[in-house]
Amino acid sequence: MTSDSDGDLAPRLELHGITKIYPSVIANEDVSLSVKRGEIHAVLGENGAGKSTLMKMIYGVAKPDAGEMKWEGEVVHVENPAHARSLGIGMVFQHFSLFETLNVVENVALALPGNPDLKQLAEQITEVSNRYGLPVDPGRLVHALSVGERQRVEIIRCLLQNPKLLIMDEPTSVLTPQAVRKLFDTLRQLADEGCSILYISHKLDEIQELCHVATVLRDGKVTGDCIPSEETPKSMASLMIGKELPVPEHSAPAELGEVRLQLKRLSKESNDPFGTHLRDMELEVRSGEILGIAGVSGNGQQELLYALSGEIPVDDPDSIVICGAPSGRDLPDQRRGNGMGFVPEERLGRGAVPRMSLTENALLTAHRSGMLKRGMIQFDKISAFASKCIEDFNVKCGGAEHAANSLSGGNLQKFIMGREILLTPKLLVVAQPTWGVDVGAAAFIRQQLIDLRNEGTAILVISEELEELFEISDRIAVIAEGRISPAKKLADTNIDEIGVWMSGMWDQAVPAEVVAHD
Amino acid sequence: MIRLERRPEASQLMSYASPLIAIALMLIGGLLLFAFLGKNPLEGFIVFFINPISDLYGVSELLLKATPLMLIAVGLAVGFRANVWNIGAEGQLIVGGIAASAVALYFYESEGIHILVLMVIAGAIGGMLWATIPAFLKTRFNTNEILVSLMLVYVAQLMVSWLVHGPMMDPDGFNFPQSRMFEDPALLPLLSDENRLNFAFVMAIGALLVGYIFMYRSFAGFQMQVAGYAKDAARYAGFSAKKMIWIGLLSGGGMAGLAGMSEVAGPMGQLTEHVSNNYGFAAIIVAFVARLNPVGIFFASLLMALLYLGGEQAQQYLALPSSISNVFQGMLLMFLLGSDVFINYRIRWKEATA
Repeated sequence: MTSDSDGDLAPRLELHGITKIYPSVIANEDVSLSVKRGEIHAVLGENGAGKSTLMKMIYGVAKPDAGEMKWEGEVVHVENPAHARSLGIGMVFQHFSLFETLNVVENVALALPGNPDLKQLAEQITEVSNRYGLPVDPGRLVHALSVGERQRVEIIRCLLQNPKLLIMDEPTSVLTPQAVRKLFDTLRQLADEGCSILYISHKLDEIQELCHVATVLRDGKVTGDCIPSEETPKSMASLMIGKELPVPEHSAPAELGEVRLQLKRLSKESNDPFGTHLRDMELEVRSGEILGIAGVSGNGQQELLYALSGEIPVDDPDSIVICGAPSGRDLPDQRRGNGMGFVPEERLGRGAVPRMSLTENALLTAHRSGMLKRGMIQFDKISAFASKCIEDFNVKCGGAEHAANSLSGGNLQKFIMGREILLTPKLLVVAQPTWGVDVGAAAFIRQQLIDLRNEGTAILVISEELEELFEISDRIAVIAEGRISPAKKLADTNIDEIGVWMSGMWDQAVPAEVVAHD
Repeated sequence: MIRLERRPEASQLMSYASPLIAIALMLIGGLLLFAFLGKNPLEGFIVFFINPISDLYGVSELLLKATPLMLIAVGLAVGFRANVWNIGAEGQLIVGGIAASAVALYFYESEGIHILVLMVIAGAIGGMLWATIPAFLKTRFNTNEILVSLMLVYVAQLMVSWLVHGPMMDPDGFNFPQSRMFEDPALLPLLSDENRLNFAFVMAIGALLVGYIFMYRSFAGFQMQVAGYAKDAARYAGFSAKKMIWIGLLSGGGMAGLAGMSEVAGPMGQLTEHVSNNYGFAAIIVAFVARLNPVGIFFASLLMALLYLGGEQAQQYLALPSSISNVFQGMLLMFLLGSDVFINYRIRWKEATA
């Protein structure tokens, strides 16, 4: 690793007028930026602003249609990722590219040129991991590693090649707050040694804490450069979304009503060999409250959601009680009949049929509310329902007859959310309500959830965005390793405590208080 | 340099144009084939595609041949829309034909409309029974319905062969492997004295209508379409996957069985080893050329029937083997699959970049 950071030298990376056009969208238009040696440079923007495309071009995965890239003062055309690595560019992707059935050393070896000696490589891995505070056991199989550990493997894999520029794509979305702090220490140490870092994120507080300089993208264009430490989150947000960040109104918790969802010792073996088994989950959601479930992804959220929705029923009917009815064995249709609504994490292909119109997609779950007559579809009624949903929930689209896959992620999410809300559920289960949704739509969706709770619906939200849960929840619980923590009132906890819980350690700290609470 | 590029959205236009392109390419391929075999392509075209339907009798023969294709294709399309791949309609047709023949022979030398009614019911149930096997195995053990239904075709063929060599053989038939000729009460009424077109054609049109309403107006049809487009969405909505497998296979089996009945009680008038003329397989091509749409099935069945008749004519007048029909069927399917690529992709001409 070089430590020759010096203001007189050419910047490590310079982009001039980079443009990338995809068949239906201009991903980047005339983007220029410059990264100095040893600089942590943020690339800030909403989902779809073109951050990932830009990084892919730097790493040689995609090629720009116009523009110039300079590497340490020389013009380069990066042909492929191997070429990028030979220049000294490393990238840690948002979605890890590790083989689950191989161990850490083998995974690292696969990314290196030639045929490295595994024993020696293991020593190198230990050395690098000690030096940068990235503890990981080289001999362990990847599927047994936590998400944070997997990310460390990815980072170590990059560091072994002595990169001069490290690209990190949304690295914190899968980490606990404590793990985020550790990661930041590592990144600062790297920067001090002269390695430049391109840090992609839409989280303003992180960028303020970590980054020296930020380039803001909106709709594929650079809307500004700033020094994060001299800005406020508000001013950066307005650069990023073009207006001020709306904050939902959250009134005091209403009086709690009846129990609408109850989990009693819910356990379920996962069919997936790398899945998470659910163990003795206990939970209550009452009318008029939003219960948030936090957790690092892959700790049983998927499995819990499948069990709650009935897409994968469980054996013991009494372990899931929906609006008073033992429902463990019920299929999704029966659970809806009992008053449950469900918004899944995947919108296209699960919450909606991509090729079908919005009208037909409304029919998907709304069919039981008078849309059928002797088994025949009442097209006038269903299309009125779809139009109402589009209007009430501010869905931007060409019309109810347009296909679901012609909508943006945020608008489709508004439509699906609207469809479930218009069915007036007594209990609504929502997974990742604003995942991949732009900031404006996210605020709207959160407000809708709060309004629905004020009308007396019981709402369960499972999200990986802690800030979101703290914004909308009345009580908050944590899922870790297939177990669920006791729920705490928002006023009685804080991000730090929930962060500790996210690594599975709640038993030691709280039981007395929970007993008292009940 | 030619490059295939994914379209941002599937092209509606191309999905309807694709069958027409495939038909055009099949015609061109056919003309080239005639030329290659040393025949005059124009003469070949006329013999193959024009002569068979140059008079009213020819048209009636066309409708007669198209009838079983329409019946089977509409039944299969119901399942195909939900990705239930019943490839064994040929076998279901045979079993339907056997069941209808059994009724006809049981009531041999007796009178009454009940005979035909029972034959219709027996034919449909026979086909359904044969389709029950892949449906049960799929829903119970998650076996592959493509393989099971296809293999059962050969079982059915051997079974009909055994029956006409044994239990159902005509006692006065000089040991020919065929059943007695059915008597009038067991034959479908003709629509006109001039030709062989019978009541099965009316049933086929009815089946297309019912199929249309089921697919585009009923909730069950909607559920099946959802399952075909997005399996996870169907599960999310709580639609029963097993129910769809049963509906898909039974509708295909029932209609194929009905087609078998219409053959033995129609143009054949008896059960032989050759109940089917590959209709069960040809109907798969019909269903896909028709984009699984009943209106399309009507026209695609006529086209496929024309290929059958053309093949017979080519045998007679051009001294070509009758398997030329199969060649045309194969070309049609191949070109269709080829041009279907362009529903989701388009060609980009790209100059090589440095």
